[in-house]
Amino acid sequence: MNELLLIVIGMALVTYIPRLIPLLILGDKNMPRFLGTFLQFVPFAVLGALIFPGILSSTGEISSAVAGAMAAVLLAWMRLNIMLVVLGGIGAAFIWALIL
Amino acid sequence: MENSKVNFNQDRFSAYLKPCSQGLKASVPIAVGYIPIAITFGLVAKSSGIPDHIALLMSFIVFAGASQFVGVNLIALGTNPWEIILTTFILNLRHFLMTASLSLRIDPSVSRTWRFLIAFGVTDETFTVASLQKDKTLSPFFITSLNMLAFLAWNAGTWAGIFLASGLPASLQASMGIALYAMFIGLLVPSLKESRPILLVVLISIAINSVLFWIPLSAGLSAGWRIILSTVLAALTAAMIFPAGIGGDKNE
Repeated sequence: MNELLLIVIGMALVTYIPRLIPLLILGDKNMPRFLGTFLQFVPFAVLGALIFPGILSSTGEISSAVAGAMAAVLLAWMRLNIMLVVLGGIGAAFIWALIL
Repeated sequence: MENSKVNFNQDRFSAYLKPCSQGLKASVPIAVGYIPIAITFGLVAKSSGIPDHIALLMSFIVFAGASQFVGVNLIALGTNPWEIILTTFILNLRHFLMTASLSLRIDPSVSRTWRFLIAFGVTDETFTVASLQKDKTLSPFFITSLNMLAFLAWNAGTWAGIFLASGLPASLQASMGIALYAMFIGLLVPSLKESRPILLVVLISIAINSVLFWIPLSAGLSAGWRIILSTVLAALTAAMIFPAGIGGDKNE
C-alpha cells in the first residue's frame, strides 16, 4: 500500500508545481504588453470553456441541466447575488427533474 | 493615546480583517458547490476500494476535483503509477495559465511565503471568483481566506462522503451537480453585459471547446487539454483584436 501513498504524493506535486511557478516568476513589472493583455482575457476564456459543454452533463440529464442553466443565466442577467444564482440553478434543475 | 489606538485598529481592520471577511463571503458559493461533489468523491473512493486514508490525503494535498476522480478511477483499475501522475499533470496544467493571470493582480511586494500559500489553493473556482473581483490588486489575505474556505469545504465533504455515506437524497445530489456551473454563470454574465471584448473571448472559447468536444478528430483529447487549448486560442484572438484589453472597446 506504500505505492498508493507515493501516487498521491506524485499527484500532489504535479498539481502544485504548475500552480506555483507563475506566481514566483511573473510580476507586474517587465511583462510584455501583449502577454499582459492575453492574461487579462484568460479568466473569461477559462469560464467559457468550463461552462460549456460541461454544464449539459452536470445533472446526469440534459433537460434538467438546461432548465438549471437557463434559470442561472436569467438570475445572473438580473444581477442578483451569486448565491441566489446558484440556489436558483439548483432549484430549477431539481424541480424540472421532479416534474418529468 | 486613545486616538492612535483607534487608528491602529482601523488600519489593522482594513489591512487584513476586511479582506479576510470579504474572501470568506466570496467563497460561500464555492463551498456550497464543493460539498456535494466532495461527498460524491468520498463515496466513489470508498466504493472503488480505495483505503480511507488515501482518499482523505488526496483531498488534503492534491485539492483538485476532476483529477481526484480520475486518479481514484485509475488506481482502482490498477493503472501504472506514472501514467496516473502524468494524467493528473495534464489535467491540472491549466492552473499554470490561471496563476499566470492571477500574478498580475497580486502586488509585486507580496512575499514568497504568501505566494507558496496562495498557489496551493488555486482551483478553477477560486481562480475565477478571485479574478472577477472589481479591485485591480487583490490582497493576499483575501485570496487566502477565499481559498481556505473552499479547501475546508472540500475536505469536510470528503470526510462526510467516506464516513457518513450519502445523507442527501440522490435526486437532490444530482441537481446539485449544477451548482458550480451556476456559480460560473453568475460570475460571467454581468461582465458579458459590460464589455464587448469579454463577450467575444467567451464566445470564441465556447465555440472552440464545443468543436473539440464534439468532433471525432479530437475525441481522445482530455478535458484538461480542451480547456487549455480553448483558453489559449480564445485569449490570443481577443488580445489581437482588442490590444487595449477587456475595457478595449470603450477607449476607441
